[in-house]
Amino acid sequence: MYKLHITPARQFFNLNIKELYAFNELFYFFTWRDIKVKYKQTVLGFLWAILQPLVMMVIFSYFFGKVLNVDAGNLPYPVFVFAGLLIWNLFSSGVVNASNSMISNANIIKKIYFPRLIIPISSIIGVIFDFFMALILFIGILIWYKVQVNLLVFIPSLLLSLLLAVLGTLGPGCLLAALNVKYRDFRYIVPFMMQALMFITPVIYSPNFIDNQFVKFIMYINPIAGSIHLLRASLSGTTPDFLLISYSFLSGLVLTFIGLFYFKRTEAYFADIA
Amino acid sequence: MEPILKIQNVSKEFVISGERKPYLSLGEKIVSSFKFKSKANTTFLALDDVSFDVYPGDTIGLIGKNGAGKSTLLKILSRITPPSSGEIFSNGRIASLLEVGTGFHPELSGRDNIFLNGSILGMKKKEILSKFDEIVDFSGVERFLDTPLKRYSSGMQLRLAFAVAAFLEPEIMIIDEVLAVGDMEFQKKCLQKMENVSQSGRTIIFVSHNMAAVRKLCSKGILMHQGKVKHIGTINEVIDRYTENFESYETSFDIPLKISDDAPGFAYKMVIEDLNNQPANNFPVGTGWQIRVYVKITHLVKGFIIGLGMLTQDDASLRTSWSESMDLEVGEYEFVFKENTLFLSTGNYKLILGMSVRMVNFQYIENCATLRISEEITDASSTIKLAKGVGLILNPLEIEMIKK
Repeated sequence: MYKLHITPARQFFNLNIKELYAFNELFYFFTWRDIKVKYKQTVLGFLWAILQPLVMMVIFSYFFGKVLNVDAGNLPYPVFVFAGLLIWNLFSSGVVNASNSMISNANIIKKIYFPRLIIPISSIIGVIFDFFMALILFIGILIWYKVQVNLLVFIPSLLLSLLLAVLGTLGPGCLLAALNVKYRDFRYIVPFMMQALMFITPVIYSPNFIDNQFVKFIMYINPIAGSIHLLRASLSGTTPDFLLISYSFLSGLVLTFIGLFYFKRTEAYFADIA
Repeated sequence: MEPILKIQNVSKEFVISGERKPYLSLGEKIVSSFKFKSKANTTFLALDDVSFDVYPGDTIGLIGKNGAGKSTLLKILSRITPPSSGEIFSNGRIASLLEVGTGFHPELSGRDNIFLNGSILGMKKKEILSKFDEIVDFSGVERFLDTPLKRYSSGMQLRLAFAVAAFLEPEIMIIDEVLAVGDMEFQKKCLQKMENVSQSGRTIIFVSHNMAAVRKLCSKGILMHQGKVKHIGTINEVIDRYTENFESYETSFDIPLKISDDAPGFAYKMVIEDLNNQPANNFPVGTGWQIRVYVKITHLVKGFIIGLGMLTQDDASLRTSWSESMDLEVGEYEFVFKENTLFLSTGNYKLILGMSVRMVNFQYIENCATLRISEEITDASSTIKLAKGVGLILNPLEIEMIKK
């Protein structure tokens, strides 16, 4: 019996988890490379992962918190906005990195076989690393502003909102990675799309002023909205809207499925067109 | 014995659209979906119904001109791209060295790159750790292990890359042109390593234009032409078939404009001629020939030297001739290298052109033309006994007999 069978590209959907697992070390090596290269030859190194959201927080806090007096519920505005930025940066950097990942690794794709899905996923794992770096700062901010946190609520909420954010990043990330190989337009579309998305996601403002349930549902198609909502609720001690969160979760699953499906459908030809 | 690799009716088709772009822009896609099909897509068969079996321990040389489909076949075997039709069955792990150093990152250190590259090539971290010292030793870069790769010379990068790849242990190894680069000494080392690998019973599929390397490494050969398998046989048989059928008899060769920035001029054409100044190639043994080089001098130059080198088909240096040192004014020149006394054996000879100013090369082109000596015999060489294997130089020695 032959171990390996090479055939024309198959058309049905098969994630081939077994094969992904066989290459598990490659996830580690790609992620490790990305992180190492990113902070190489920078004076501040890993501090950059913290500095970016910190500067954004200060700017938003001044304009939206002080000048415009945006409603942040019972949280100090800097804490409120940092919680949003923490999740938002994960999503936006994750999607941008993943969507460029196939092209920046084209030279490898053209020469060596391995499950292609490893590339966009590793680039998202790298962003999760940044998330944890920024989280350390966030904890510092919570202490600074003396926010009373119930750890029994906060930790599960944090993990769940991380899961939700990753789910919401994975789908669009893989979809755009595959699309970008074929249509280079997406290189320009993605950053623009991210800017636009930031304004229709409650990152720097609270969605409380929206009464219309329908508009809210549209907003929460984006799993990031659900993720931010969950994290903030756990900090302010309010009960999150579980209907909206499960709705975000469902949407995240659907997005992930679409992304993975399209990626797997097109991956066989990446080497020909990359 | 059961084949370790079965390739059955494999074809690969590429669609060549009117536009040459390998990727599309979204706009074009949208526009073209509204238009009637204006540009008929033509397809191109890079591989056309290729079938053969490989047995464990085989060392196969895949030979053919550029565009014969060798690289496409290797890409399909290493699963980088799928075939359009046909199937392949394999009984072992296939690893490919389509180009060494894949995944090397210039910012990372040599040490980091060994791990990264090894892992991309399919090695486990444990495996890399256990072979790490051997890899470093083979590459000879131990002093620079913690230096970023971008500070390595290209030779060092290549050595490191080959060292990592050489320690892969798949059942089937695919190698494409890895020996084409690097200095002579390192090439020898690589060839030695490859020989060890092939002697250890590993199955190897090897693609190279270096016939000496192919002959040395492989026992079987497959000749490909225009996507089809033309001939399968012993390596010597296949190489002979290849040199007979597919080498061209061109007489005029354009010389690539690879010159240094401060070059005072350049050579742009080389023509092989008979001694009556008529373009010709494929000379009967024993006839004279000459090589005319067209040179344009753009700056006044002092101490100009032009040289012509010859290599055998197996890349052994045969001879090099240099001109006197000259001072040249701006203008067009022709240089003619004549040979009328040395009778070379039947076969192809690669030419190398070099031009320098005071011993510093400003244009150096390897393999810029191929001189062909045919199997015909003329009067001049009628005394020469033509048989294969009698040697490269066919001028008879003067033989004196002294009776005692």
